[in-house]
Amino acid sequence: MNFRPTIVAFLCNWCAYTGADLAGTSRLHYAPNVRIIRIMCSGRIEPTFILKAFKEGADGILICGCHPGDCHYQEGNYKCLRRFKLLEKFVSQMGIEKERLKLEWISASEGKQFAELVNEMTKTILQLGPGKVKKTLEFEHLKTK
Amino acid sequence: MSQEPTKPKLKLAIYWGAACGGCCVSVLDTHEKLLDIVAAADLVFWPIAMDIKYKDVENMPDKSIDLTLFNGAVRNSENKHMAQVLRQKSKILVAYGSCAYMGGIPGLANFFSKNDIFKRAYEETESTFNPEKTYPVTSTSVKEGTLEIPVMFNDVFPLDQIVDVDYYIPGCPPQSERLIEVFSAIVTGIGLPPAGSVVGANDKTNCDECKRKKSDKKQVRKFYRPWEIQDDKETCFIEQGVICMGPATRSGCGVRCVEGNSPCRGCYGPPPGATDPGAKMMAAIGTMINSNDPDEIDNIIETIVDPAGLFYRFSLPGSILGRKVI
Ligand code: SF4
Ligand code: SF4
Ligand code: SF4
Ligand code: FES
Repeated sequence: MNFRPTIVAFLCNWCAYTGADLAGTSRLHYAPNVRIIRIMCSGRIEPTFILKAFKEGADGILICGCHPGDCHYQEGNYKCLRRFKLLEKFVSQMGIEKERLKLEWISASEGKQFAELVNEMTKTILQLGPGKVKKTLEFEHLKTK
Repeated sequence: MSQEPTKPKLKLAIYWGAACGGCCVSVLDTHEKLLDIVAAADLVFWPIAMDIKYKDVENMPDKSIDLTLFNGAVRNSENKHMAQVLRQKSKILVAYGSCAYMGGIPGLANFFSKNDIFKRAYEETESTFNPEKTYPVTSTSVKEGTLEIPVMFNDVFPLDQIVDVDYYIPGCPPQSERLIEVFSAIVTGIGLPPAGSVVGANDKTNCDECKRKKSDKKQVRKFYRPWEIQDDKETCFIEQGVICMGPATRSGCGVRCVEGNSPCRGCYGPPPGATDPGAKMMAAIGTMINSNDPDEIDNIIETIVDPAGLFYRFSLPGSILGRKVI
């Protein structure tokens, strides 16, 4: 079995994305499993994005924003934190292990931390195995529609 | 006086899938207007009121029914079969009520699997006595032949996951007045939006039409269940800490529950532009909580006892995730 996890990472433009960029330009080695989506601010993340990513087959989802107090839009990361906490509770009710959804703060200078975070998360997902949302929704009899 | 050439009457069918009967009653609740409906349309099939067999419907020519109101979700092979038959026989197929539109209350079964449900029902409930662990089977041989009953699916489906649907009328059940509006639009052909639209409802959220006082303050530090606090009867429920689905619900019912001092539960489904009521609700609640501290936020969220059940009470099967992962 050759499971290669897909991790979708939503990174805010001002800190986290710059941090990830730094990881790249510093030629840090990190697991090639993340698909990065740049957003202006972590506060811009709608719960819909997360649910859709799971539905489309993401095995894990990573959200990164600026450290508390550093958000370019003042409060966006706090809003994100509150939504995240609620989402975390919701996804576990839905039978999705909550380790598949992670929120971390990454500053523009934390390339190394970003690389480590990705490696860590990849390891966690490898242990959990493939996400089951997509498979669950493959309803046999619907094909005869 | 010469006789006006009478327009041929519309042929109308009303059917229930996995339903509670409330939607059929909402048609009767049109009261004397029901007579106008009957004046404009011949009811060709309506199991709650008429004795017409499935095979009579199967024998009708294709597209010979002008309008079918299908209420109830699709939960078993019988529901699915009739959804397909009625799609074939009807010019306009309407998903009528929350169950047909989004899965509705029966859709809460998608928090479980068929096995969970059977085990609970046939082994575990306090009133079950079933030492042999007899489970229903769909086919039984008797002396006279084989008896068949429908197969229950593992999942509950909204109608449009099984067949194409022309219009959706939301509500659990829909407000009867709104049915009359839609019906007249169909009879006259005037004012009908493009196929695929939600009809018999408005294009805003319940909060937009709600008369309760709202401020922009995000101030919730604890959530309460409705019976835990004394409602002041004028401030927005969410601001009082009681979850109300208003921000994530399409208007059109007249915000009835809030008018009756009860929080909205979301039976009209998500507003235009939103596909998933729970996602919309989580976004809204995230902005209402008054704390920036992770532990404190945890404690506040702890007071929302069952977010999934609360946010998707009427809409789980039609939501993005659709069911609990198994
Ligand atoms: S929508 Fe509500 S009233 Fe209509 S069948 Fe479903 S549960 Fe009953
Ligand atoms: S949340 Fe409920 S009570 Fe508050 S404005 Fe919206 S509909 Fe009205
Ligand atoms: S207030 Fe909400 S729950 Fe009550 S009828 Fe209207 S949409 Fe349905
Ligand atoms: S800009 Fe980075 S979290 Fe808001």
